Amino acid sequence: MKVPLWKLAHARSGDKGDRADIGLFARDAATYALLKREVTAERLAQHFASIARGPVEVWPLDNLLAIKIVLNGALQGGAARSLRMDNLGKCIAARLLRMEIETE
Amino acid sequence: MKSVRVGAGLGFYGDSWLPVRASIERGAVRYIASDHLSELTLAILQKDRQRDPAAGYTRDVAPMLAELWPLAARHGVKFVLNAGGLNPEGAREAIARLFRERGWRATIATVTGDSVLERLGEFVGAGESLAHLETGADLAAVQDRMLFANAYLGAAPIVEALARGADIVLTGRVADAALVLGPLVHELGWRWEDWDRLAAGLAVGHLLECSGQGSGGNFGSAGAWAEIPDYAHLGYPIAEVREDGSALLTKAPGTGGRVSFDTVRQQLLYEVHDPHAYVSPDVVLDIGTLRLADEGGDRVRISGASGAPRPARLKVVGGYHDGWMGSGIVGFSWPEAYAKCAKAAEIIRTLAEERGWRFEETCVEYIGYDSLLGAHADPTGRDALNECFVRIAVRTPERRLADAFGRLFPWLGLSGPPYIGTMKGIEPAKELLGIWPTLVRRELVEPRVEVRVERVG
Repeated sequence: MKVPLWKLAHARSGDKGDRADIGLFARDAATYALLKREVTAERLAQHFASIARGPVEVWPLDNLLAIKIVLNGALQGGAARSLRMDNLGKCIAARLLRMEIETE
Repeated sequence: MKSVRVGAGLGFYGDSWLPVRASIERGAVRYIASDHLSELTLAILQKDRQRDPAAGYTRDVAPMLAELWPLAARHGVKFVLNAGGLNPEGAREAIARLFRERGWRATIATVTGDSVLERLGEFVGAGESLAHLETGADLAAVQDRMLFANAYLGAAPIVEALARGADIVLTGRVADAALVLGPLVHELGWRWEDWDRLAAGLAVGHLLECSGQGSGGNFGSAGAWAEIPDYAHLGYPIAEVREDGSALLTKAPGTGGRVSFDTVRQQLLYEVHDPHAYVSPDVVLDIGTLRLADEGGDRVRISGASGAPRPARLKVVGGYHDGWMGSGIVGFSWPEAYAKCAKAAEIIRTLAEERGWRFEETCVEYIGYDSLLGAHADPTGRDALNECFVRIAVRTPERRLADAFGRLFPWLGLSGPPYIGTMKGIEPAKELLGIWPTLVRRELVEPRVEVRVERVG
């Protein structure tokens, strides 16, 4: 069954230069295992193809039941040169929460 | 075991200092660590300084201390602030003026030596490439357009200032977490090679550096954000750190917000790259070894920090002029609000093309539909929106063109699609800045770092 991430997890995003970074936080250990399996760099690169010009990096953190995600080249060169309304990438976490994953 | 309590000050230039009052009055803090500088705040301060050589610091610092100092002095609370920006001595003068007017006394320290704009050529001569840290690009492409360049200093000069009796420490660019690590090293007597304790201090500093975001603000979630109590009186985070590096994260009693496993872990990973190597000038932290224990009642215990030796090079971030943005916004009501916005965008594009205007990049966003979610906006209901705004922004090397672009919009008022609102959205040309992160050997920077301590009043 496909489920959007917002039903399973919390997320917050920020900026560092031209990188958008996202923390994705599972509500429990079982969900964390699912996120680790499904939220891969490859899937994320597909989901964010419209903005991420560089590679996507992913680090699972067992102690926080969280996945750290970095989208390189995703901010049009950085907040102070971006033309976007969301120049700081604060809503990129919300964009991640719309991603659907397989829960079977 | 010895411990010290440090409270968060501001999280950016323009943040509110009202929540700091509760931390001083009821939070038993000994220090307030206040972060006024985001990555590009120095660009704003550089422009201020070009207009007025006495400026170049964040102007919120004097009004903030005007309101908080009497309370802080009564409670024996000291301040560590990076509000000095590009001119810590200017900030000290502004505060000294205020204190003399009010008849207040304090020992104020300034930390300088982080600004390296004038020294980039010297660094290249000493063998540093100063290539862009992420892209590897050559500095030569932007060097003559560089507006500022500052090294991220560590906590050592702050520790020196406190050891010399400072009540208020004003720095320029230091690592955000150094504002917290400085007081911890000073109070708890940590050694500079005690990597695990320094790493614990870095973790705590990272949790305090974004003010309310460490205690329930901007709590990224669907639904759960609405359960954060009393946003209007959200308390900033406070850390009680023990000699062994373990810490309790909390906030002042009676304030809004929330300190819990969920809110703390969100801040822990915020604006971090590799979480197993979170680099600061003083230590490298592995966030993967931290243990968070939620005790309830807005108390989270943090332990288990593990650190690796500090890097040989300091991060330097420069900002360079990178063209101009022109933009305009126009809105339409139902019916066909979105379709009319799209038509307006098409008209503007045609007018610009017929004038022979070429832009490096054009960004068209529909406010109320996709301006924050981009390609991830859900198109359901798009054609039945009650209202919609279209914003068009362009990038150009010519300021004149950026200004002229916005002036295309008012014409739509009488000669475009119907039920138009808001013709107030035309903005003057805005300067765009590129960011240049790079690395410099610390021995090229640190010998010039200077701590000055002066008694005022």
